[in-house]
Amino acid sequence: MNILVCISRVPDTATKIIVGADGKSIDDKGVKFIINPYDEFALEEGLRLKEKFGGKVVTITVGSDASKEAIRSALAMGADSAVLVKTEGYFDSFFVAKNIAEYAKEFNPDIIICGRQSVDFDSFQVPSMIAEFLDLPSVSVVSKLTIDGVKVIAERDVEGGKEVVETTLPCVVSAQKGLNEPRYPKLPDILKAKSKPIEERQPIPTELKVEIVGMEIPLRARKNKIVGDSDDEIAEIVRLLHEEAKII
Amino acid sequence: MNKILIFLEHNVGKLKRVSYELITAGRTLAKSKNIPFDGVIFNSTNETIETAKEYGLSKVLHINSSSFEKYSVSLFAKAISNLIQRNGYDFILFPANSRGSELAPRVAASLEASFIADCVGFDYSDGELIVIKPVYAGKAHIKAKMYGTVKICSLRPNVFTAIPEPVQEVVVENFGPNIDASATKEVVIDTLKNEGKLDVLEADIIVSGGRGIKGPENYYLIEQLANIFNGAVGASRAVVDAGWRPHSEQVGQTGKTVSPTLYVACGISGAIQHLAGMSTSKYILAINKDKDAPIFKVADYGVVGDLFNVIPKLIEKVKAVKE
Ligand SMILES: Cc1cc2nc3c(=O)[nH]c(=O)nc-3n(C[C@H](O)[C@H](O)[C@H](O)COP(=O)(O)OP(=O)(O)OC[C@H]3O[C@@H](n4cnc5c(N)ncnc54)[C@H](O)[C@@H]3O)c2cc1C
Ligand SMILES: Nc1ncnc2c1ncn2[C@@H]1O[C@H](COP(=O)(O)O)[C@@H](O)[C@H]1O
Repeated sequence: MNILVCISRVPDTATKIIVGADGKSIDDKGVKFIINPYDEFALEEGLRLKEKFGGKVVTITVGSDASKEAIRSALAMGADSAVLVKTEGYFDSFFVAKNIAEYAKEFNPDIIICGRQSVDFDSFQVPSMIAEFLDLPSVSVVSKLTIDGVKVIAERDVEGGKEVVETTLPCVVSAQKGLNEPRYPKLPDILKAKSKPIEERQPIPTELKVEIVGMEIPLRARKNKIVGDSDDEIAEIVRLLHEEAKII
Repeated sequence: MNKILIFLEHNVGKLKRVSYELITAGRTLAKSKNIPFDGVIFNSTNETIETAKEYGLSKVLHINSSSFEKYSVSLFAKAISNLIQRNGYDFILFPANSRGSELAPRVAASLEASFIADCVGFDYSDGELIVIKPVYAGKAHIKAKMYGTVKICSLRPNVFTAIPEPVQEVVVENFGPNIDASATKEVVIDTLKNEGKLDVLEADIIVSGGRGIKGPENYYLIEQLANIFNGAVGASRAVVDAGWRPHSEQVGQTGKTVSPTLYVACGISGAIQHLAGMSTSKYILAINKDKDAPIFKVADYGVVGDLFNVIPKLIEKVKAVKE
């Protein structure tokens, strides 16, 4: 089974976001970058499919040289090799999806696994776009995946429950938390990852679809009425919920 | 921008609340540009569609055929793309929910359109549309410009307020897409409901518990408080990871992003990844025994105290107000 896993690099989720001097991107001084947490679920699922059905797991990342650290972590988890579509400067999700689709046409994966969303821009589109470009079925936000021959049964999280979706390979799925427990690489795996190949490719250019013109830290004025736990004080909070917020 | 299309969803005889929000947002944009705006809906009824006239929608394209009985994202996306091309829409709104979040990018890719997900506002700069969207789990907002002839946005539910503005009638036009419906690639074969439970994504009020609740046996307190508000039960990741509550209730960066009218955080410290999932709530009430807990910084109302003492009192007093 040829398995393609899409890996993006994002700031650690605990990062305090500070707007950079250009006023439209973050100040990344001192920011620690990691593999997008959802992509770890994607990769773990890919590795388990390989363990079950054989084949190989290749990761693909669209980004700059700085992505190599995240790629090495993916290789340490167990991916066989990696592709880096090298870019500099700003690019949008359309560009990412087009370039991954372009590589997939050569690699011919049986399954492409992405994360549900990248937690930097929360763009929520790359997996569905890849599927559309390749005219493949897609299932997003998958929390359970069963493959039998070419038949695929996937459960996806929706409002109020789950949907069970039936489809066939080849297809694109995006991973939700709960799909599996990603493994932690051990020291020998980390060392072995250093000698695994990262193939660098030139991107195909696309028309710019979305341009960021500004970034702000949203300020929400909260009422911030904090009280103690006496009966009167709790009654006052209930009064405010009732009269000020008009909730009760 | 010349012609707007709004993707509508129905739910037992009515449109979903988010559809009315989208209609209001579309109406506002359409008015500012003096252009028409229509809706599109799959397999509904005229009575259901009629309810849209309260919000000023005067035309709905109805894709009504047995081929669309079961939801299939690629098939539905093909049908919508076909409608957009045939009727010349150039600005399309989807809800940023489980359907819209996968349909919109498929439609965008097939039309080579620009797409921005999870928008929370629109603005104009020199007559050009600027879209506002949260990034880094809401820690920042970006303003973005979109290029190309067709532009698509999905809107975060509960952010745009639905405001009635009735019109005389809604014209319902049947639309038969020119596509090969037998080419269905993935279909929903079953739906598993969280029995009897209101989902945090659909609730107007959410009561969440954190590690401060000490153990699953105490969660009845959270449930009782949620019940008295007719709200849903949520949880922090600490509680979900401990196996006390299911992942479907987790709020935060790796859980659900919610925006209810009231969010009640009980025994939750307010870690940045938790705030990521609820900071756009209209009102936030926090109950925590630590007066320095970060959750109080984002709270409208807060009670510093032991939740085992505070929650029962709160329930009693809310009950009294209700009666
Ligand atoms: C990649 C990543 C993703 C994450 N995603 C999420 C996510 O989606 N959602 C999420 O919630 N977290 C997430 N986290 C975890 C997050 O960092 C916190 O660890 C978690 O939110 C803490 O949960 P908590 O507030 O319940 O527990 P704690 O931080 O332990 O807080 C417990 C609180 O309860 C209070 N308390 C204790 N006893 C009482 C009492 N008797 N009465 C009143 N108050 C009491 C304490 O004062 C304390 O403030 C993520 C972390 C990472 C690294
Ligand atoms: N630059 C990128 N390189 C490789 N994969 C990506 C990239 N950006 C997004 N993806 C994949 O697409 C998923 C959804 O991301 P997004 O659509 O950006 O929210 C991620 O979880 C990744 O699997």
